[in-house]
Amino acid sequence: MKIGFAWKVLVYAVLLAGVVVFMFPFLYMILTTFVKSAYSLPRPREVFSVVPNLDNYIIVWNKNNFSLYFRNSILVTAVAMAGSLFLGALTAYGFARFTFPGKEFLFRLFLLTTMIPGVINIIPQFLVIKNMGLVNTYAGLWLLYIGGGVVGSTFFLRGFFESIPKELEESVLMDGGSSWRIFVHIYLPQSLPALGTLAIFAFQGTWEEYFLALTIIKDEALRTLPIALMMFNDKYATNYGWVFAASVIAVLPGVLVYILFQKKFVQSGYNEGALKG
Amino acid sequence: MDNGFRKRLHIGLKQWAAAFPYLFLGVAGTAVFVIYPMIKNILVSLQDYSIMPNAENPWVGLDNYRMAFTDPNRKFLMALRNTFLNTLVTVPINWFCALVFAVLINLSFIRFKITFRTIYYLPIITSWIVVAFLFRFLFANGEHGFINFLLLKAGLIDKPIQWLANYWTAMIVIWLFHIWKTVGWGVVIYLAALQGIPKDLYEAAEIDGAGQLQQFWRITLPMLVPISAFVLINLVNGAFNFFPQVYFITKGGPMDQTQVIPSLIYMQAFNNFKFGYASAMSVMMGLIVFGITYTQMKKLSGRRLL
Repeated sequence: MKIGFAWKVLVYAVLLAGVVVFMFPFLYMILTTFVKSAYSLPRPREVFSVVPNLDNYIIVWNKNNFSLYFRNSILVTAVAMAGSLFLGALTAYGFARFTFPGKEFLFRLFLLTTMIPGVINIIPQFLVIKNMGLVNTYAGLWLLYIGGGVVGSTFFLRGFFESIPKELEESVLMDGGSSWRIFVHIYLPQSLPALGTLAIFAFQGTWEEYFLALTIIKDEALRTLPIALMMFNDKYATNYGWVFAASVIAVLPGVLVYILFQKKFVQSGYNEGALKG
Repeated sequence: MDNGFRKRLHIGLKQWAAAFPYLFLGVAGTAVFVIYPMIKNILVSLQDYSIMPNAENPWVGLDNYRMAFTDPNRKFLMALRNTFLNTLVTVPINWFCALVFAVLINLSFIRFKITFRTIYYLPIITSWIVVAFLFRFLFANGEHGFINFLLLKAGLIDKPIQWLANYWTAMIVIWLFHIWKTVGWGVVIYLAALQGIPKDLYEAAEIDGAGQLQQFWRITLPMLVPISAFVLINLVNGAFNFFPQVYFITKGGPMDQTQVIPSLIYMQAFNNFKFGYASAMSVMMGLIVFGITYTQMKKLSGRRLL
């Protein structure tokens, strides 16, 4: 049965309307970054008639230690990402490949923690870090990002690990290999797409994380980009050209990473086993 | 001790020894940074807690809980009401839009499927803070705020709206912000599910003479039921966890009217240093969300969870 031409036009119209709704705010934001010395709300007509230039980007990059905060965020994100990936893979492997008494109980306990919203844990998490004497350190922040996120990454990876055929292990086992060698030589390489997807999630989750960073980090020189962006906005709120130039710089890494890797994205959780190793 | 038990114990310990090196760090991290905080939350909620070193932190029983309900400013009750309102408004819209967009993108004659998906997902990967700046900018007061400009041009209003200065208009901005930012998630999940429906089901239906619409009602929708459970649970959870949506757009204003529980908790703890009170609200919120998620997951997935 064929779909009529009018229907096709209608469907495309709906989808294109969606594109406008989702893309237009970004376009308007980017155009605003080209507006020079906008100390008051720029008129829509001004915004639409700008000439593209990088002036605001250069000003913002050199203002208020912005480049320092950018580097801070790279450091915080890189370590948190590597740590989350490593710990998630390790734990998921423990759950996927071994049987031991109490495994189901432990896994269900993990599952239950996901049903309680993370935001309510900020206060006690802050108290834990405070008791460890790690307030105002990246170590404290990393512990929360990595330790607090391991349940999610374990859930994500476990399904992939369980779909890896056991026969693959045999060659390693025949050489007398240990479970560690199986982990490193079979499980990790076999689940690269899943690890890559998780890496991107971890990147985005940490790169834009605001509340924990605000709670743990007090020192101005240690601030991360989201905090700096908020402070920047409080200080230059009416200079929209600057605020949005800073914003564009802040979101650019995430958007680029996503666009470059999105074809390799994999989903897990609800359709475990549906993917091929 | 009989032999069988000893043997089982021996095997169990051996199994634990093999798995332990892999599980230790993850379990320890979860215990210290997720499970212990939950317990600590309950303890703090029963105390008049101060973060000062050597503070006494006396036990006050349920006083903090009582305070939430007897506060003359009704902040907690207002936040609770907003949370339910946010869920009631955003979940159906979010869910419906996600389903419709995904089904349309998945139609066989549509080209540039990946491009559509990427664009719809773009708000998800942009940070909450930046999108909040953007929405505050688009919904700015005065006739030069873009939304006001559009509405004035279209003749729908005759004077600019002070979006964030009034309760209902501020709530509308918060809802639009949330829906715009998150609908792409549902689209991507539904697209993956649609592509997972076996093609031969449609071929068989075609042979039996079923039309497109019939195929949609008889095959596509039933096949999407399990994934819809997953999507709805997550949307409800997302709506309950409104925090950046409120904190970055209104900071709870005007006059704490748009506050939700998470933003109220955060501001009571870290701006007013009322840790006990904030923890009591946290415990209540945790119980509510847990109750909802648990029953939904149990009912919808039909699986045993505990």
